Amino acid sequence: MSAQIKQKSSFGVAQIILFLSIAILVIVVAFPVLLILFNAFWVEDHFDFANTISILKQPATYEALMNSIIIASMSTVGSTIVGTFFAWLVTRTDIPYHNFMKSMFLVPFMLPSFIGAIAWKMLLSPNAGLINKFFMENFGFDGPIFNIYSYYGISAVEIMYLFPFVFIQVCGALERMDPTLEESARISGAGLMTITRKITIPLVMPSILSGALLIMLYSMAHFGTVAVLGIERGIYNIPVLIYERIHQSGGSFDSIRLGAILATVLVISAAIIIWAQRKILSTGHYQIIGGKSFRPTQLKLRGLRIPMMLFCFAYIGFTIVLPTVIIFLVGGLSTYGLPFTPENLSLDNYKFILFDFDVTRDAIFNSVTLGFTAAVITMFAGVMISYVIVKMKVRGKGILEFLGMLPFSVPGSVIALGVILAWSGQFGINLYNTVWIILVAYIARYMAFSLKANSAALEQIHDSLVEAARACGATMWQSLKDIVLPLVKPGMLAAFFLIFLPSLRELTVSIMLYAPTTRTIGVAIYTLNEDGETVISCALAGIALIIIVLGQFVINHFSKKAGV
Amino acid sequence: MSYVRLINVTKRFGDVTAVDNLNYEIEKGECFSMLGPSGCGKTTTLRMVAGFEDLSDGEVWVGDRLLSSPKKKHYVPPENRNFGMVFQAFAVWPHLSVYENVAFPLRIKKLPEKEIDDRTMDALRATNLVDAKDGSPDFLSGGGKQRVALARALAINPDVMLLDEPLSSLDPHLREEMRFEIKDLQMKYGFSIIYVTHDQSEAMALSDRILVMKLGVVQQIDTPLNIYNHPANKFVFSFIGLSNFLHADNVGGRPVLPGHQGSTPQSFVIPGHLAGETAISLASRPSEIDFVSMEDPEGLHGLVTRKAFLGEIVDYQIKIGDQFMRVQKGRREQGPESGQNCAVKFLRPFYYTDEPVEEFHEEDD
Amino acid sequence: MDIIRMEGITKGYPDHPVLNDLNLSIKKGECFTLLGPSGCGKTVLMRLIAGFETPDAGRIYIDDTPVADLADHIDVPTENRGLGVVFQDYAVWPHMTVFENIAYPLKIAKVPKDELKKRVMEMVDIVGMNGLDKRYPSELSGGQQQRVALARALVGKPSLMLLDEPLSNLDANLREEMRFEIKELQRKLGVTVLYVTHDQEIGLAISDRVAIMDANGNIQQIGTPWEIFEKPVNPFVFNFMGIANFIDVRRENGAFLVGNGNQQMPWPTLPEGDTNKWVAGFRPSDVNISRDGAGLRGIVRRANFLGATMDYLVEIDGTHLRTAIETHHAIAKDLVLKAGDQCSIEFTALHWFEAEQLKGVHEE
Repeated sequence: MSAQIKQKSSFGVAQIILFLSIAILVIVVAFPVLLILFNAFWVEDHFDFANTISILKQPATYEALMNSIIIASMSTVGSTIVGTFFAWLVTRTDIPYHNFMKSMFLVPFMLPSFIGAIAWKMLLSPNAGLINKFFMENFGFDGPIFNIYSYYGISAVEIMYLFPFVFIQVCGALERMDPTLEESARISGAGLMTITRKITIPLVMPSILSGALLIMLYSMAHFGTVAVLGIERGIYNIPVLIYERIHQSGGSFDSIRLGAILATVLVISAAIIIWAQRKILSTGHYQIIGGKSFRPTQLKLRGLRIPMMLFCFAYIGFTIVLPTVIIFLVGGLSTYGLPFTPENLSLDNYKFILFDFDVTRDAIFNSVTLGFTAAVITMFAGVMISYVIVKMKVRGKGILEFLGMLPFSVPGSVIALGVILAWSGQFGINLYNTVWIILVAYIARYMAFSLKANSAALEQIHDSLVEAARACGATMWQSLKDIVLPLVKPGMLAAFFLIFLPSLRELTVSIMLYAPTTRTIGVAIYTLNEDGETVISCALAGIALIIIVLGQFVINHFSKKAGV
Repeated sequence: MSYVRLINVTKRFGDVTAVDNLNYEIEKGECFSMLGPSGCGKTTTLRMVAGFEDLSDGEVWVGDRLLSSPKKKHYVPPENRNFGMVFQAFAVWPHLSVYENVAFPLRIKKLPEKEIDDRTMDALRATNLVDAKDGSPDFLSGGGKQRVALARALAINPDVMLLDEPLSSLDPHLREEMRFEIKDLQMKYGFSIIYVTHDQSEAMALSDRILVMKLGVVQQIDTPLNIYNHPANKFVFSFIGLSNFLHADNVGGRPVLPGHQGSTPQSFVIPGHLAGETAISLASRPSEIDFVSMEDPEGLHGLVTRKAFLGEIVDYQIKIGDQFMRVQKGRREQGPESGQNCAVKFLRPFYYTDEPVEEFHEEDD
Repeated sequence: MDIIRMEGITKGYPDHPVLNDLNLSIKKGECFTLLGPSGCGKTVLMRLIAGFETPDAGRIYIDDTPVADLADHIDVPTENRGLGVVFQDYAVWPHMTVFENIAYPLKIAKVPKDELKKRVMEMVDIVGMNGLDKRYPSELSGGQQQRVALARALVGKPSLMLLDEPLSNLDANLREEMRFEIKELQRKLGVTVLYVTHDQEIGLAISDRVAIMDANGNIQQIGTPWEIFEKPVNPFVFNFMGIANFIDVRRENGAFLVGNGNQQMPWPTLPEGDTNKWVAGFRPSDVNISRDGAGLRGIVRRANFLGATMDYLVEIDGTHLRTAIETHHAIAKDLVLKAGDQCSIEFTALHWFEAEQLKGVHEE
């Protein structure tokens, strides 16, 4: 209960802040989404649902829809199994080096999956893939041992990069779980395997499901992996189809309308997923934290201890180290296809893209400035909106709470399309083909991160801290300045980095919005790769990876200092 | 015949000895408490008895079953020890109904359905949970959850019930109520209890015998009344009940309070084993001090610096010489007012060495 | 003179009213405790005085100046009411040192640097935090944090200090120590204190006057601690203030019989009136217990050793009562009883209530 606001100040600061907050969310998120919904059903001058249905029934659209569902389902199931298994392994067994493994399993969080997809394409494409070639040449295989251009291939790459969503949730739940919950089952006579089956897994099930739904949401609308690995064999999912149609037709009305309809499907499925996730979190999230802290009983792997460790290292080596190394190696080649011998490798490509090649130089510049600007704006907007939602008692807050949920549930490709609809001149402002349209889209896309980080920080600031300041004689503004702002600073900093880093490797939104001079790093890597400039694109990917890892390093350093 | 036996039980964590050479025996049906400030090793000991913690040395027996002995390389895992255990944080499973929580140990034993139901309902009735049996324990209050934990421990009909601070997460008034319930259940089912707590009033009220522990070392094992009346040392004295310690100088075998205006009571004599000390600590219980007339030769003269009415008792702060002490009297007893001079008589003075007693504040950091 | 006057205060959330037409005044310089079960609205009352909430109806005066009255559009904001407030969760600011926390009210009031430093260090000394002024709250224990909160509330020399369950997050020993410290501070600085708590022992220990509030937000009794404890106006107050025994007494042919048996109530002044069902209320310390003296005969059902006192649950003809005897008396007079022992009970004080009055009290 907070009551800094007196109802007497009929149109005071509170109302202004509320109005501003609502305005930001409406302009940046709600309006574009509404435009999509409107365009999906509005034909010429009337609503025409039949027409919408008929477009959905066209083979290409229907197929893309099914592909999205198939790939998302396979990725979700796979990631959930992989993520839960590794989480259990590192928190509940006596496997060696579990701390090191835990941090390694989180690395894929940082790596952009489309760069991974490019690496896997080079390793496992049916004819030219290095691994396939190696087996065909040395072991007499007639054909490729694995074709990455397939549902399995795409899903496998998705799993490699998405399983940390489940891994981190389940690790957290298992680590925070009160060990006496398991101990009381033991004293009741249950052995460790029974406890795992009957107590541990059911108790962390909400965390598993919530991580799984996050993956589902992400994977349904994911552009990069499918674009890199699917197009070759005609496997399109919804975002790829939207991109292809709009791109090929130069933004024709029909393609936009098709995009709007497909985007609507994404919005609806995202809404369902978010709803299910909230439901699970609110009803099924057990209070399993508390009590004295003891180390939970670890399952002794005994004979399996070393094999399990080797398996984990093999997994890490194969899915994380190998693709990364390949990117850097190919980036160093003078010509793609040459063997990796010292005379073929040099740093020339890296020098070229950093200093001489204007496409990549511009891209790096664009991404850094865009990311920085978006992060700063979104950080401040987020702290204001979160403040209203978490702390203020003001009428009309409900609208804001609803709007505040939107950014969480709108996939990137939907935002991109919505931004095109809203900012291409129909409403007086035309930002199309400028960096500004990408900036607006980034703000919309990353608002959710900022809201999350800032609300978390604000919820930690108990109302009594502010009330104590008021009782000490401070006005509302003084207490905001002296108490709230300093305490929310770590949250704002976290929001900044949570936005700045991912925006450096953003692809889904940028690919729909870029113009020749407004490529971002992600767009440049993708288009160069599409154009056959494999070594250049790999070199740029390598640079991107270095920037991202350095950035992550800075975050860790800062967050330790800020104590969050 | 003694039932649970701990022989030379020792636990070391690296260089730290958490439990040092502990020996005790518990009778069948006895309620035995381990009492001490946090970090004294009482919980570690209980966890060794339960089998969650390995022993560094020594043996644990129940009846004629050896449960743990590192020397003989013998270890029975917790699931085969047939103990009931209740934890501080309830540890009831939120994904199972109250009924299924209680039935869990019986299902593990693969008992026939009929027997499972009978015994589960029995335990639920004993803990007044029949009405709540179909709901999730998440919807119960702290007291309700702890009842579920008790019922679950009862269901297996354990030889020994291990209780690890089972009441510390409850409200004070609930604590007292549950204390009586545990005692009633024990009378009904006749199991032995090993009870771990830092709350001396809980241990006093429940136990047949108490073990007082400090830094892994046993200080005293005795009945509550004996521990209260004949504490083995200064630590036990200070840890059990309220206490006053006054610094006194040893003047020819008599304790003299610095700054005290008046003569030292005749009955104050420093016992032989402290005769060599230059200063000692004169201990007393606030409830074992009487107000006497100023002329009484056994009285110490002082000034009432505070008088607080606490309901059943009236609490006085008295300044004697340069030191303060507390006196507590029943509300019906006459006493001086704040600001008045008074004389107090120690009904049972205790004498200890003058080293300071550590203050123990639970949950305060 | 009254420092606070509340007239006809009503405050409710849409679905349940918390306070209804409440009147209360607090005298300058006194330590006043508002005592009630949790959820009774006592904290809301305090928040109304502090200005964190606004009453739906009624008027609040501080120092005879109206500070809240919806009808007259009066609503003086918290910062202008000149109060000190101490919260249950300490509410010390984690990003400021002890010194900065305590100095904040003075900084807001633009007190010159030298004086500010002098007054803060004075306060640091008064609350016994010498040498800790450069620490951050995370480096302090709960008790120390609450001392900082006290110092911060007092440094601006408020005429009124509001304390909302300030000790309930502390452990028992510390709570006991701190309550006397608060009382001492109040006396030393002459500040008026309004203390809100559910813990009757603290209320009794530190207050000049106590108000007892029931679960519905109505004030049942206002008086000195002694009056409240010894002269409760109704069974609710009697029950709330400590362990209370209520034994059923029935009148049959002019005789007052205990429980379902035939022993007569050993009490000289029996109540008059037509009612046949009575309840005698008394505290555990209001009895004399003996092995076979005069009085009601009963059986010890449970013996509970509490250290300084022995607590016996005695059954007399179907009614149970709790008695207390000081341990050293029990030992001296051979009264260390155990379950199953016979005993006799005499009373030293009784409160008579009609059985009708007791409805609803037992559930508290």
